[in-house]
Amino acid sequence: MAAHTPAASRRRWGSTAAGVLVLGVMLFPLYWMLNTALQPESGLLQVDPVPGSLDLSGFSKAFGDQGGHLLTSLLVSFGAVAICLAVSAPAAYGLARFGLRGSRTIVFGTLITQMVPGIVIANALYNSYVDLGLVNSYFGLMLADASLGIPFSIVLMRSFMVSIPGEVIEAAEIDGAGPVRVFLRVVLPMSRNSLITSGLFAFLFSWSDFMFALTLNTTDDVKPITLGIYQYIGAHVGDWGAVMAASVLSAVPAAILLVLAQKYIAAGITGGSVK
Amino acid sequence: MTTSTVTAPAPAKTSGKGAAPDPARQRLRRRLAQWGFVAPAVVFMLLFFGYPLVRNIVMSFQHYTPKTFFTGEAPFNGADNWSSVFQDALFGKALWHTLVFTAGSLLGQFCIGLALAVFFNRRFPLGGVLRSLILLPWLVPMVVSGIVWRRILDQDTGVLNTFLDTLGLGGQTPWLTSPDMALLSVILVNIWIGIPFNMVILYGGLQEIPKELYEAASLDGASGWRTFRSVTLPMLKPVITVVLVLGFMSTVKILDLILALTDGGPADATQTLGTLTYQNSFVELDFGAGAVVGNVLILISAVFAVFYLRANRTEGK
Repeated sequence: MAAHTPAASRRRWGSTAAGVLVLGVMLFPLYWMLNTALQPESGLLQVDPVPGSLDLSGFSKAFGDQGGHLLTSLLVSFGAVAICLAVSAPAAYGLARFGLRGSRTIVFGTLITQMVPGIVIANALYNSYVDLGLVNSYFGLMLADASLGIPFSIVLMRSFMVSIPGEVIEAAEIDGAGPVRVFLRVVLPMSRNSLITSGLFAFLFSWSDFMFALTLNTTDDVKPITLGIYQYIGAHVGDWGAVMAASVLSAVPAAILLVLAQKYIAAGITGGSVK
Repeated sequence: MTTSTVTAPAPAKTSGKGAAPDPARQRLRRRLAQWGFVAPAVVFMLLFFGYPLVRNIVMSFQHYTPKTFFTGEAPFNGADNWSSVFQDALFGKALWHTLVFTAGSLLGQFCIGLALAVFFNRRFPLGGVLRSLILLPWLVPMVVSGIVWRRILDQDTGVLNTFLDTLGLGGQTPWLTSPDMALLSVILVNIWIGIPFNMVILYGGLQEIPKELYEAASLDGASGWRTFRSVTLPMLKPVITVVLVLGFMSTVKILDLILALTDGGPADATQTLGTLTYQNSFVELDFGAGAVVGNVLILISAVFAVFYLRANRTEGK
């Protein structure tokens, strides 16, 4: 390897420098979000490149105004994840293992759902939700948000479950375990990673959802943080500090997940798209 | 791929000759239990994807007014919605904006994403950490990104104009407030959002290319650019197709970002089919007109999907 020569080593650190620069440009807007949040007194004026002092009043205002919406987002997202996994994990197993008639059509249909624009779904869904009394309800929004993750989760988990060796499952069946038991005791524990990845993405999809929140709610009863911030800028044009502080708070789960679950996220992005 | 070719299980009757009907019934029960695994998901997807598709077609022939939600009456009105939407100049504008927005976004996201993927494909200290941190913009809710950019692009006090001013490059650009600039600004922001996704998938594709191919190319004395064109790009083609198709599907229907940045304005300069559907249905409560625009949006996606499937088939996979 020629990598140990000083010239090669310098070139590699040069790449690192270039990489840091690229990252700086890409993350600048997020830095600016944090920076603006820490300068609540700047209002509609120009924002300094770095906060002069640590002024957290924007954050406390954002917490006061938007804290409830953060909780709503959390609740709705956890509900959506639960529904998503409960529906898609058994389906992924069924499609991977049972060789049912029409399995391929179902998998194909799952892929096709990605094509349907969300606003079109909302258009029809709103009318059914009105009839069913699901408008302005937590459960209605959870169901709609779960639909964002279900196709993805089915595709991802199925591609994993296909690779579970048949002998393992047959051994359990010989021991007298029924299909449900095999699924719960053998398949799910073995699919832990793909289950986590699916759950993570279902959470992110639901947490980021704006369209269903906007269209399936007509009152302030169920208002996730995305909708809260959107309406915030309408009402608080001059108070960018608080708006940005709320934005920072809404970005926190993404940041935490990226740090703690980087491996799963990378696996999800490539696994879910390149089936 | 479109038709199901899974072979049916052998008919139960031939196997159980003179035996009791037990095995056949047992097999039936087994099948039913197996369908029990799949059925909830199928029902869910039919309700949340299949049904809206059908309902939108029906709705596009119905007359909705704000009163509809009190009276429940939405009488059929033939092709009235269709003709009024198509005669509205805004529809043509929105269609054009959608195409420009999608093409511009994809071009920018893809080129920069590919460049970054190639860049990070080299080995250098901290490369992995930097690469994973770049994902952050993609994980932040899109409305939130839009709102942050709205502040950055503010004409008078936004940091971008301040920065350009310091460099002596003007600095009075009305990014979001001029009808001539707004669409371009929205595209630029969407490129920023899409770069991480493109980069990660293309990077994954680059990692799959066997190193021997590069060694062979360098033995043949191929230049870097030549290697890229005759080794990297052809090997990457399936991944490129996936990235572009997924990118198209998610870009053509975008709503969040545009609402957060411009609300479709100024003077409808950033109105797309997505925002127009929203505006027709949920602002003006004319769900019939919204359904028409939504159907056009689906049609565009479907045409694209057919092209994609056909391209995939001719590739002979």
